[in-house]
Amino acid sequence: MISLQLPILQVVIPLLGAPVCALFRSSRSAWALSVALAWLSFGVAVALFQQSWFGGYVSYEIGGWPPPWGIEYRIDILNSFVLLLVSGMAAVVVPFAGRSIEAELQDDRIPLFYAALLLCYTGLLGITVTGDAFNVFVFLEISSLSTYAMIALGRDRRALTASYQYLIMGTIGATFILIGIGLMYVMTGTLNMADLAERLQQVNNTRTIRVAFGFLTVGICLKLALFPLHLWLPNAYTFAPSAVTAFLASTATKVAVYMLLRFFFTVFGAEFSFATMNLDLILMPLALVAIFSMSLVALYQDNVKRMLAYSSVAQIGYMILGISFGSINGLTAGILHLFNHGLMKGALFLALGALVLRTGSTQIQDLAGVGRRMPWTMGAFVIGGLSLIGVPLTVGFISKWYLVAAAIEAGYWPIAGLILLTSLMAVVYIWRVVEVAYFGVPLAEAPLASEAPLSMLLPIWVLVIANLYLGINTSLTVGAATMAAGQLMAGW
Amino acid sequence: MKHHAIIRIAAKFLIPPILLFALYVQFHGDFGPGGGFQAGVLFAVGFILYALMSGLSDAQHALPMSAVRICLASGVLIYAGVGVVCMVLGGRFLEYDVLAKDGHSGQHLGILLVELGVGITVFGVMVAVFYAFAGRSREADR
Repeated sequence: MISLQLPILQVVIPLLGAPVCALFRSSRSAWALSVALAWLSFGVAVALFQQSWFGGYVSYEIGGWPPPWGIEYRIDILNSFVLLLVSGMAAVVVPFAGRSIEAELQDDRIPLFYAALLLCYTGLLGITVTGDAFNVFVFLEISSLSTYAMIALGRDRRALTASYQYLIMGTIGATFILIGIGLMYVMTGTLNMADLAERLQQVNNTRTIRVAFGFLTVGICLKLALFPLHLWLPNAYTFAPSAVTAFLASTATKVAVYMLLRFFFTVFGAEFSFATMNLDLILMPLALVAIFSMSLVALYQDNVKRMLAYSSVAQIGYMILGISFGSINGLTAGILHLFNHGLMKGALFLALGALVLRTGSTQIQDLAGVGRRMPWTMGAFVIGGLSLIGVPLTVGFISKWYLVAAAIEAGYWPIAGLILLTSLMAVVYIWRVVEVAYFGVPLAEAPLASEAPLSMLLPIWVLVIANLYLGINTSLTVGAATMAAGQLMAGW
Repeated sequence: MKHHAIIRIAAKFLIPPILLFALYVQFHGDFGPGGGFQAGVLFAVGFILYALMSGLSDAQHALPMSAVRICLASGVLIYAGVGVVCMVLGGRFLEYDVLAKDGHSGQHLGILLVELGVGITVFGVMVAVFYAFAGRSREADR
């Protein structure tokens, strides 16, 4: 009985929690409720993942209206893999947020913050579970609006301009997506993705559909921050509260990449996207420029948060590069990196959040000597950094391995070289932090930092261990990514 | 506005019909044009007119921000709650058929409750946005 309701429960659990949190006056109870709901929701995601692991898909008709008339939730291995990442990150970040948000936000705003966090989470889950193109847009708006509010809560006043900048760019992106969906609806009269995929075949040659494809490409690439549409991302990540940055960096852009996969492979079909529209000719150069230029920019940042933000743009480039090969192996690498990058950036940003709590700064020079005072936090940062670089026995190695293999398979030797070169650049920018933290001499007036509280260390180390475990035992991640890539290339 | 007698009295006359019309749009929504969105905005207009006429503090005395916050949250809870009740009664999320003995009156009841939730939240949002903008300069002065 309950198992039939799982797809909707995934969305409804956090959705119901958000207004209840807004009613709470005490920040502790809002936090406790959010933690409980995040864990419950993670349980739902695990159950859905188990159901789709053996192939096939789970379908749910909202309101009992059969598709294509009603809204259908449709979950196959790709959705449930992304759901696992998003809900897993929420289950780790929300407990962490307790202490971190208490230190960074005014007291009366905290219950409203948790309401916004749960709404953002609802939106991200909704985009992932739904099989209805218009429903995607609705959930996109839910997650975006609450994201703008959460970024604006940052301590620095520049958080307001960062949030406003993202609001303008994000709204343009969402509008483009809506225009694309609208044009498809004009030509086919349907919004259900599976139905769209079937009906688009007959009208593929029209200019309207080609324009719709263009609008969707630009709109989604704005949301996932593909170079040169990434301009909102560094400021938003730098000035948002630490827990928000960790949550967004490991989920929001990943869900946007999922949207890209869903529209281009499932709705339009790989054949149309790559053979007719030459998507690879657009995505591949942009991804390569993103990887190289953003890694270069990250080298010169003095703010660790901003450095990791630029590195995120570069890492998104790796995902898009994998997808742009248009082959099963490339797609596997892209999906794998989507999941693995969520794990490593989550660990890095959470460790940074703990450093912010104790040192009150994200500037590299203020972290001098912190490695001896906060060994567990810096240890987590180092392992997260190794994973970002792609050292063996971490998840970063696995996805880069698959990416290099896919590049070589497609005959792009220079690209494989570039991936290795940019990994070396990651070594340099991670090393800059590690060097200061372990070998730097703290300034005389710097506050004496002590180790982060256990409620923050535990979430960080859960992610660190996930980084190591899934870097050794890859059957879960590689299995799911391979299966998802196969399904995407074949249509539904 | 206190010294503009004509505007004040005209507004006083207008507010009750506006609120009544909002309720009409709300509950007639399933037969004719209307529904929760429009009704919520109209109902909020009544309060905003009152606030423009006799000042923000009077309006916040009549409808404090804490009450607005309850409106904001309870509307969403009603909407999602109806969906969950449908699931508990053995249907799918928002499958109104199971709410009453026959499917027809179930659909009727379901859409009425859901639209009520929409109306309450939209009303709350409109008033909250107005309070936020109208109260901005005063808070900055303090």
